[in-house]
Amino acid sequence: MTGLVIIGASYAGVQAALTARDAGYSQPITIVCDEEWLPYQRPPLSKDFLLGRISEQNLILRDETFFEGKQINLVLGQRATLLDLRARQVTLAGDNALKFEKLLIATGSRARRIAVEGADFDGIFYLRSVTDAIELKARLADAAEIVIVGGGFIGLEVAASAAKLGKKVTVVEASSRLLERAVSPVLSTFLLDTHLRAGVDVMLNETVTSFKGNDRKVSAVVLGNGASVRADLVLMGIGGVANDEIARSAGLRCTNGIVVDEHGQSETSDILAAGDCANHFNRFCESWVRLESVQNAQDQAKAAGLAIAGAPAPYESVPRFWSDQYDVKLQIVGLAGQYDRQAVRGSVDDGRFSVFYYRRGRLVAVDSINRPGEQMAARRLIAAGISPAPEQAADASFDLKSLVTAADKAGA
Amino acid sequence: MPRVRFVQQDGSEKSLEVGREVSVMLAAVRNGVPGIDGECGGCLDCATCHVYVDEEQTSSLPQPSEEELELLSAVSGERRPNSRLSCQLKVLAPLDELVVHVPARQS
Repeated sequence: MTGLVIIGASYAGVQAALTARDAGYSQPITIVCDEEWLPYQRPPLSKDFLLGRISEQNLILRDETFFEGKQINLVLGQRATLLDLRARQVTLAGDNALKFEKLLIATGSRARRIAVEGADFDGIFYLRSVTDAIELKARLADAAEIVIVGGGFIGLEVAASAAKLGKKVTVVEASSRLLERAVSPVLSTFLLDTHLRAGVDVMLNETVTSFKGNDRKVSAVVLGNGASVRADLVLMGIGGVANDEIARSAGLRCTNGIVVDEHGQSETSDILAAGDCANHFNRFCESWVRLESVQNAQDQAKAAGLAIAGAPAPYESVPRFWSDQYDVKLQIVGLAGQYDRQAVRGSVDDGRFSVFYYRRGRLVAVDSINRPGEQMAARRLIAAGISPAPEQAADASFDLKSLVTAADKAGA
Repeated sequence: MPRVRFVQQDGSEKSLEVGREVSVMLAAVRNGVPGIDGECGGCLDCATCHVYVDEEQTSSLPQPSEEELELLSAVSGERRPNSRLSCQLKVLAPLDELVVHVPARQS
């Protein structure tokens, strides 16, 4: 086989294949994936899927008809084990090999594992794939006391779902506040209050030193302060790790993910990467970043697909993230990073507000709680490089959209 | 089975059979209709599935929620009175074919 080979059939892998095909790439396209499932939606796994609001069938994002229609060969349940750059060949488990002219690595990321005593006990879960989610959902049904380790997106979303299911939930977070790497202290405090109100116990500045168990089944989480918290189910949400081993062992440059340019191109010609496994320089963030989000996976894969088809257009999206917990809709645009000024718009007490972050006078990120209209306006402001004065941002009567409209007119 | 017809900016069209329980966004994504991304899977977070509903059909559909209207208020494609987020649309009886126009851009 020649043409394009893609490793990974989640958002990035499938999007790149689709974009390349639609942009006129006429060579064979083969996607190999170690999972047995047709490509599926991941964001609902921690939320609506656990709550039984979306079926396994409705998680499916692309079906057989899609792949037939686009003449994309999808090979499921086969893990790529070895990449030989000189021979232009990917070896699959079972020793099948695929030759390629161009290769896109879209292997995603995996959950970071904890390495303490008892970490292999039954009842300790990680959430990444639909298989993880099906098992977690089944076991949640019979569990009463849940401990979530990690107050990040996945941990907090599962905490909210479990609390809604009537479980006793405790969140253990190592840092001094929730979602520390993603949001500012204002948001962390708001989310903490939200979870506390829902009856979730939150322990900050606490680490896990071991697990206790009966018959190798988890029964408690032991903390750094010596205390233990009873648990018949533990969900670990302590971050993700790029699946870049296959690239690294082939000699591609990897620094927390496969290093790529704005076209998803690695340092070796015709070898590209996109999504959670790739690390790129993002001009909006003014730094090298490896992002774990649907938006990044899809937009970066579009750029890679266009480059593969010989119609390059750079990846230039402002990063976007979102999270739904209880009736709280958190939306984020941009990465605040080292911001030097912030402005709060709306009312934190009413649970409807946005936080605007500035770096050297430039608007770099906006977090919104239950303010989708403001968030949409903020996306367009940041993408267009327009910075309202912090005083304007904080003034709820100031029309942010007027700045966007003015810029549209000036540009037209 | 009911259908959805997607009309692109260049006038090209694609008509798909869609179950009445499947959203127009999911039908578009599953079939690779260009210009509809549906990043968030339909939980009203991303606004990347904006469409214009055929003007004569808008009244056959349930009205948008407040949340949908808020997202529509600042979509990057041109906002029109018949703008909708296709994740919130299903082909409800008695419509047999819903016609939607895909905007020039989503984000």
